Amino acid sequence: MTTVFDIHGGIHPPEEKSLSNPGEVLDAGIPPTLVLPLSQHIGKPPTLEVAIGDRVKGGQLLAAAEGLVSVPLHAPTSGVITAIEPRPVPHPSGLENLCVELRCDGEDDWLELEGFENWQSEAPETLVASVRAAGIAGMGGAGFPTAVKLLAPQRAPMHTLIINGTECEPYITADDTLMQVQAADIVLGAEILAHILGVERILLAVEDNKPAALTAMQAAAADAGRVCEVMTFPTKYPSGGEKQLIEILTGKQVPTGGLPADLGIVCQNPGTAVAVKNAICEGRPLTDRIVTVTGRALARPGNYRTRLGTPIDHLLGVAGFEPKNNRRLIHGGPMMGFALESADVPVIKTTNCILVPTEQELPTPPPAQACIRCGLCAEACPASLLPQQLYWYARARDQEQLERHHLADCIECGACSWVCPSHIPLVQYYRAAKGMMADSRAEKIRSDRSRGRFEARQERLEQEAAAREAQRAARRAAAQQKAAQGGADDPVAAAIARAKAKKEAAAEESGES
Amino acid sequence: MSFLRITSPHGHGPLTTAQVMQTVLLATLPGVVVLTWFFGPGTLINILFGGAVALACEYASLWLRDREPAPYLSDYSVLVTSTLLCIALPPYAPWWLVTTGILASVILGKHVFGGLGYNPFNPAMVGYVVLLISFPLQMSTWQAPRGLGEVPGLGDSVTALLTPGAYDGVTMATPLDLLRQNKGLLLDDLYAQAPQMVQWAGIGWEWVNIEFQAGGVWVIYGGVFTWHAPVGMLVMLGLCAAAGFDSGSSESGGSPLFHWLSGATMFGAFFIITDPVSGATSNRGRLLFGALVGLLLYLIRVHGNYPDALAFAVLILNFAAPFIDQYTQPVTYGHRPQREDEE
Ligand code: SF4
Ligand code: SF4
Repeated sequence: MTTVFDIHGGIHPPEEKSLSNPGEVLDAGIPPTLVLPLSQHIGKPPTLEVAIGDRVKGGQLLAAAEGLVSVPLHAPTSGVITAIEPRPVPHPSGLENLCVELRCDGEDDWLELEGFENWQSEAPETLVASVRAAGIAGMGGAGFPTAVKLLAPQRAPMHTLIINGTECEPYITADDTLMQVQAADIVLGAEILAHILGVERILLAVEDNKPAALTAMQAAAADAGRVCEVMTFPTKYPSGGEKQLIEILTGKQVPTGGLPADLGIVCQNPGTAVAVKNAICEGRPLTDRIVTVTGRALARPGNYRTRLGTPIDHLLGVAGFEPKNNRRLIHGGPMMGFALESADVPVIKTTNCILVPTEQELPTPPPAQACIRCGLCAEACPASLLPQQLYWYARARDQEQLERHHLADCIECGACSWVCPSHIPLVQYYRAAKGMMADSRAEKIRSDRSRGRFEARQERLEQEAAAREAQRAARRAAAQQKAAQGGADDPVAAAIARAKAKKEAAAEESGES
Repeated sequence: MSFLRITSPHGHGPLTTAQVMQTVLLATLPGVVVLTWFFGPGTLINILFGGAVALACEYASLWLRDREPAPYLSDYSVLVTSTLLCIALPPYAPWWLVTTGILASVILGKHVFGGLGYNPFNPAMVGYVVLLISFPLQMSTWQAPRGLGEVPGLGDSVTALLTPGAYDGVTMATPLDLLRQNKGLLLDDLYAQAPQMVQWAGIGWEWVNIEFQAGGVWVIYGGVFTWHAPVGMLVMLGLCAAAGFDSGSSESGGSPLFHWLSGATMFGAFFIITDPVSGATSNRGRLLFGALVGLLLYLIRVHGNYPDALAFAVLILNFAAPFIDQYTQPVTYGHRPQREDEE
């Protein structure tokens, strides 16, 4: 096995992974209605292809991609479109978004799907188009359209594909489960991705707290059509952060402000690899995913295969939610997930976990105390930042120092807040400070732009003035010449001409000012 | 149904600020026990009396500053300040000395700057220096150690605290005093002449230092603070002492071992310069901070005119801490210069 590297900082929160029984997939069923937000990802929303009252089949296109960074939307089952209107979607700020409501008929009647018989002989561009048409977006974090990531070789050659099966957040076992039950599909998906990207190396990264997934992945890698290296490394949060994982596996750091692609590396999530395999081999769009529904406020926590658009309410019902003694509903994991105010929002492509803890399990934080500058946060920070300084400067709104202390390199992993003995919600301050910096950057761009406009106008005016000056000089010269010529035979006429020329020049001058 | 909206992370580690402070308090115990063994219960009485004064003072300051006292009092930080100051004070100090020191520490050292976390100077050392400048005589009398004089009992200690005039203990120059005052004797002769000097440093003092070191190592092991500042200080102090130790002439500054085990060395290294608020921020910065304290400590000890140099060294470096921070910021992820072979 190849050597792995260590990263700075990191923490070991209780893993709580066994609670959701990784390795077993349960079925969340078909809910009465699905709510499908048009835009589930970074980028432009797609354009609608259906209207209220339309009957649709599973896999049917509901909205088509619009532009490069856009992802189409498909029906996860058959039914009737009953509404197209703004609805609340999972978002930290309780955002509303245009959604398609699909009343399911329970038939689950699907379109005929058709994949590539022989993808190895297809051109990468063709396969990228299919990935895009299947509506695949990164299923781990930000939900970046996968097809866009696959265009990286257009800028520079890529050499390594990493399938990130780290899943370092406590509680979540969706990828763990997927690796146990669909290892072969993940490896096949990775091979397809590698073919598209033209990379030499495939790394399958699994943290060492998932022995079953590791064994399954090793077996699948051994059967693969090409060399896939399975790499394992010690469990530590946040090893699964893209930048952290790259350092662990390669010892290299993604340069600040850059992308893994700058190092010739592309990272994908196991769920995305399976979605790519489904899209290419079967022509199946991305319409479901595994969601870890967990927490001690549930009677039946587990990993549920869930159709996208399933209301979280429904999912909680299936998993046996007992509201007594619970105050929080978390979309994502306990470290980086965000709290939802209401369960009346749908599962989207990035919903890897729904966490409903009891108060004993994850107590509501006590009020923050003073920062004692103990430095535990700096010890924990995987980005080698000084969180206590960032906190100080964020409170002082000192943008210069925030920049000097590299606020922009904070990945908001929450390790600093987790260790802080004074319970200071550090990440909250960093988000606010980043927002403030973004605002003032936008402000600066605006003022730069208006300064640019002002300068352009100034330049134009100067050019015009210069042109007029040149004209005037030419005219004056002509008049003088005429006067000089005339002067030879008629001094009076010459004098009049001179005066006229002078007057003309004066008139022009005053007219301009 | 409406759920609570709180930002991530949603879990929290086990450590609280109160626990951090309690750990530090607990770690002073071995040193205090040895102090008590050699010099009697004076320090213990100081700590108890000082703690009560400190709590009252903290309460009053918070009340005056219009803060809710309970959450601040429950973080134990004021007890850490008062305990550290009282350990540094001479045992059998009168009540007004202890009280003045505590008031200076808590009010001048902390609250005028905005309370815990905002104080640029180590509060205990602020109190100590105020006393040293105002009452040099009382601050430089130290009880003779067990074996060389009678160790006072509990009753004497309380008398010494409450009715200062009525108590007259046996005092004696400390080894550090001896070394500084003696300019005529060879070091070996000094050791032979002065009963309080034994093979390493001085009776009592060496064990006090060893115990404070043990407590400090325990705190570092518990992850409450890092090793950088203590190691920086002790290494630098050792280097300076080695350079100044001309195998024991009358001008000699004392051996490294003498300096490590004398006066407030270990107490300072593990309990004073590790104060995170007034020290340097990054680990590299702490290493440098410690080293500079070690250097100053040596220079003031050998060439200065005070019973010990720790407080001055620390306060001067507290001034310098923000500058140290400027130049010791760790390299953030992704800011490492790219090597050629990484391309
Ligand atoms: S962990 Fe908390 S208390 Fe300690 S330095 Fe960081 S922010 Fe301050
Ligand atoms: S949230 Fe930011 S500052 Fe805090 S540990 Fe993570 S990267 Fe470091």
